[in-house]
Amino acid sequence: MIRIENLTIHLPGFNLRDINLTIDENEFFVLMGPTGAGKTVLIEAIAGLIPVAGGRIFIGNNDVSKLSPEKRDVSIVYQDYALFPHLTVQENITYGLHFHKIDRSEAEKRLACIIEILNLSHLQKRLPANLSGGEKQRVSLARALIVKPKILLLDEPLAALDPGFREELRHMIKRLHRNSNITFLMVTHDFAEALSLADQSAVMDKGRIEQAGSIEDIFQRPDSTFVADFVGMKNLFAARFRGTRAIIKKLEVELGRQPKNSNGYIAIRPEDIVLSEEALSSSMRNSFPGTVTRVFDLGFYYEVHIEVRNVIFKSLITKSSLFELKIIEGADIFLSFKSTAIHNF
Amino acid sequence: MKKEPFFWVTISCGFVIMAFILLPLIEMMTAPSFSILKETIKDKDVIRSIWLSIYSAGSAALISFLLGTPLAYLLARSDFQGKRLVESIIDLPIVIPHPVVGIAILSVAGKGHWLGKVFSELGIRIMGSVTGIIIVLTFVGLPFYINAAKSGFESISPRLEKVSRSLGASMVSTFFRITLPLAWRSMLVGIIMCSARAISEFGAVVIVAYHPMIAPVMIYERFEAYGLKYSQPVAVWLVSICLVLFLILRILTLRRPRET
Repeated sequence: MIRIENLTIHLPGFNLRDINLTIDENEFFVLMGPTGAGKTVLIEAIAGLIPVAGGRIFIGNNDVSKLSPEKRDVSIVYQDYALFPHLTVQENITYGLHFHKIDRSEAEKRLACIIEILNLSHLQKRLPANLSGGEKQRVSLARALIVKPKILLLDEPLAALDPGFREELRHMIKRLHRNSNITFLMVTHDFAEALSLADQSAVMDKGRIEQAGSIEDIFQRPDSTFVADFVGMKNLFAARFRGTRAIIKKLEVELGRQPKNSNGYIAIRPEDIVLSEEALSSSMRNSFPGTVTRVFDLGFYYEVHIEVRNVIFKSLITKSSLFELKIIEGADIFLSFKSTAIHNF
Repeated sequence: MKKEPFFWVTISCGFVIMAFILLPLIEMMTAPSFSILKETIKDKDVIRSIWLSIYSAGSAALISFLLGTPLAYLLARSDFQGKRLVESIIDLPIVIPHPVVGIAILSVAGKGHWLGKVFSELGIRIMGSVTGIIIVLTFVGLPFYINAAKSGFESISPRLEKVSRSLGASMVSTFFRITLPLAWRSMLVGIIMCSARAISEFGAVVIVAYHPMIAPVMIYERFEAYGLKYSQPVAVWLVSICLVLFLILRILTLRRPRET
């Protein structure tokens, strides 16, 4: 377990202020946020690698705030691997064992085991310079795990890899987490990674934690406009609430529930906005006629902007839907979304 | 492809500079006959002065290494107020005229200064002693070692040290297992630069210690007393021995059996 209380860090040109965070034992926790939010600073502080100005960090029940990094049982894996270039793969992996009182047979057992799991046996005598990115990151993981840390910190471990390797290593990280009693704390920019790996998550911005909670909450129920925007809720509107309805400018939207506040925001993910040629009646509570104003080619998907009574909705559709619905700028179309797809705050 | 005129300008400048450096050196090196060289090296005074030059420059490099390494590491790894000032102070010995260095050192070493009094109480003599020579050479050589070692440390990612710490290594273990093996080449280059600078010093040494005579002072004295012909052979021996020493160090540096 990691518990962070009122953590404050001052670095030249950057501050981390009043960070409070609890990460449970054996959890897979993901830390997200834009570049410069302070994610790396926070995990390095947990590892004891950055001087802390105030607040406390607990690992388990121990206050480790004053403990030097080598006494914290926290391993770290960086995006750029940070392998020791003068040591072979095997020497890199076993590096940490020199500092833990581990007898030879146990050390050999651990090495054999980790090499097997991470499929590194053919690389043992090689130097890091001769490895591919995926191989380097596997060595880095092996080196971090062989000392059996309480916590494994991963700083964008997959960001520098080719897409093919990335997926393979993502599965490997998931397996490693499932088969160990180690708390994983990972920094990532990639939503797919976050959703597929994490149970709990936090979003940071400008040295603060904006929201922490379950990964579903972060993506489905953000509690600030920043987080809603960050997780890709592209339909974000200021609204007045009347009964079970939200009023955006002159457009009334059915929420199917009564919000506690009278003014706030509603947010809808673009993939939850369905486009059709005819008005949909079925279970969709909200269906409006509108006009296509813009169409953006996003590669695999298209982002379509539809204006409904001066409100611009953004919808994400596939190429085939685009052709089927004959969507071009200026075309008339119906858009619908379920009231359950609307998040209000 | 037709070469641009600018290309010919660069080439010509290159040739002029090469000739400018090499011509006088080659001329000096080839001027003394073999028999004169042989005779010179049998001269006890010559051997003594060349040995003193190498010994005192080596000592200066060793002192720079011992005192300078921690400071070079600090400068490479941390940002603090006044860091620029410290760096400028380290570079000062490079820009100060050499005789001024000698005079400056004598002004704290003399009996008029408390430091000089402490030294004299301890029985340490600066003026006209090997100790004085080593102090002067350390003064002029130190910046070269610190700057080379610092850039060596800077070229190592701090993340390697961070990972090492997180894996259980103390700061000291991390330095000896990670930082030193990765930076020693730069440190050795620094030692070579520092001792090369120290061996060539004349202006500062001649003020602090004319005797015992280091090789550059002897070359000067022979030139003054007997002329060019008698100073050349000593110069040839000094340059040759130094080149061989640096070459050996350099070969040691270039041997890298593990890295490909």
